[in-house]
Amino acid sequence: MTPPPTLSPAAPTTAPDLVAGFPFPFPNPTYRYTTNVEPARGVVTTPAGQWGAAVVDVDSAYGEELAERAAILERDPSRHAVLPHMDVACWDAMLCLMRELALARPDAFTLEVLDDLEGGSRAAYRWRNDLLGIDHTFVLGDASTLPDEPLRWITAQVQEDVVLLDERDGVLWGDAGVVTFAADWSFGFDVGMSFLEIHGPVPRIHSEGVITRAHEFIKRLQPNETYRRTNWTLTVHRRLDVSTETYPAWGPDRPMVLTVDDETFGRLVHLRTEVQHLVRLPESGAVMFLIRSYLLPFDELARVEEWRERAAAVIAELPEDMADYKGIATYRDRAAAWLRAQAPTP
Amino acid sequence: MNARIELVVAAVDDAVPGIRSLTLAAPDGGRLPSFTPGSHLVLDVPAGEGRPRRAANAYSLTGESIDPRHYAISVLRCAPVAEGGTAGGGSAWVHELVIGDRVTATPPRSAFAPVHLATRHLLVGAGIGITPLLSHLRSHVRWGREAELVYLFRDGHGAHVDELKELGGDRVTFLADRAGLAEDLVVRLADQPLGTHLYTCGPAGFMDAVVDLATELGWPSSRVHLEPFGVAALDPGDPFTVGVAGEVLEVPSGTSLLEALEDAGHVVPNLCRQGVCGECRVDVAPGSSPLLHRDLFLDEETRGAGDCLMACVSRAVPAADGRAHLEVTL
Repeated sequence: MTPPPTLSPAAPTTAPDLVAGFPFPFPNPTYRYTTNVEPARGVVTTPAGQWGAAVVDVDSAYGEELAERAAILERDPSRHAVLPHMDVACWDAMLCLMRELALARPDAFTLEVLDDLEGGSRAAYRWRNDLLGIDHTFVLGDASTLPDEPLRWITAQVQEDVVLLDERDGVLWGDAGVVTFAADWSFGFDVGMSFLEIHGPVPRIHSEGVITRAHEFIKRLQPNETYRRTNWTLTVHRRLDVSTETYPAWGPDRPMVLTVDDETFGRLVHLRTEVQHLVRLPESGAVMFLIRSYLLPFDELARVEEWRERAAAVIAELPEDMADYKGIATYRDRAAAWLRAQAPTP
Repeated sequence: MNARIELVVAAVDDAVPGIRSLTLAAPDGGRLPSFTPGSHLVLDVPAGEGRPRRAANAYSLTGESIDPRHYAISVLRCAPVAEGGTAGGGSAWVHELVIGDRVTATPPRSAFAPVHLATRHLLVGAGIGITPLLSHLRSHVRWGREAELVYLFRDGHGAHVDELKELGGDRVTFLADRAGLAEDLVVRLADQPLGTHLYTCGPAGFMDAVVDLATELGWPSSRVHLEPFGVAALDPGDPFTVGVAGEVLEVPSGTSLLEALEDAGHVVPNLCRQGVCGECRVDVAPGSSPLLHRDLFLDEETRGAGDCLMACVSRAVPAADGRAHLEVTL
């Protein structure tokens, strides 16, 4: 596989809505792993605006990010995988994402049930995505009525990455998904693994019981219940695809960023927040795991004083093993120092 | 987890003796949330009319699961204590409802879902235990999965017979007596393709017989699934004491730990009150007597730790010194 071309270091100017809607991930002055799940859809007010009302969030980067996903899938089809028993879960995920889009942006998306299901038959639905000019009628479960595999088709219309977890024998298995914007992991490597195996490399979470508690929590989710959590890291460049597969393209950025001047550092280093949603899909009983990645360059972050101060404190205090796992050990000291140096002069 | 939805009784069908099929609709007539096949509603049964306290009874959903216009349940009337029976009166209450009555319930809860990796689904139900299996069969037919269903019922007392025939055709077998069932199952359970999963629901004795036969014929327990709501009423248990927040309460025989805590003014999150949902888990401190776990929720590992129990069904048993006492934290 050929690595993708390196993006231009001149990141585009951040659109105002991407700052106002940025989910700042540090509610506390220090960061540790916790089972930090909360009910979805709660609005969080920040000094710059707010986030959190929608499960599937559409912002001004919609077109750009979908084009990037399509290009990645074209280059590397292993970012999309569906084990055979997950077919129903994929239809289920598609319907759920359509409903969430329609809830988030009723002006741009509508899903209409055209007729009733009776005696095990299949209903027809009409789906309209005005942002992409899609107006399509399909029959649930009939693959010939869709232009693509259901999960790949709907993930071409949301900015979120999607993993579908099957539950059997009391264990969750990552058996389907479309993941093009992984932060330092590989969906193609993880597909078919259990939830506990997937999280094997994460430090601390096992001894602290975080991951087994999360596993138990997810298994208890009832049909349609939706929860969320956040995670974070730092990324050099506005680069969504920092998956293991493309490491040769972005790995060298980590030492490189230590060599640039302060102005460039603030432009290149991004705080990356993942807003992750968990939804128990009704028909299949599978759990849909959504990962939405938001990138905000440090020079924009530093303009919001509360964010600057809090991010500097968290990054400076982060224990070394956690910084190492997040892949930021080489430059986190400079990142913290850079943020502190932006403090307003009294 | 304790959110409730309001539903209106839209239709009542009493055609099968002793069994009432209820059709419930959203008050605004809109579509209801989709649910996983095999799910149940937990209906709130108010206190009064011979019912000493409110109850929450679980009933399997039998109707369409995707974008449904209605929720459908079928309820066997069990004689309440007031009539010399042993039931709490919830099913008798359902049999008194009339069109237009409003009820509250949990949104559908799933505890008996089909396994998607199965190559084939064998459904074996008896009596009112057919209800979750009907929901499974509808889903299997929709998605083109291999499935067959065996349904044992007394002549003239079978719910959903026509519906099953129409839905499943020759995939459905009706049987009228236990001897016939045993004969049928010996052959059927011995001759299933690798990867078949077995699902059974009905009276406890019936499910035990199905599971025993499957075990005898070499079925691994991971491929055998039981719907736990058919469980018989638990025995009243021995009295014990409980220490909570510096106070000691008596828990008499016939009163649950949950009820004793509630009667003393403590708030304990709870839902099913029959050891299934996992809501009323209570932490137990060291120095407590051994625990008698009677729930269907906690796994063996958690039970082994001995530091919690489900307050709605589980109790203390006397320690070596004869004292039965729990220290709990809420």
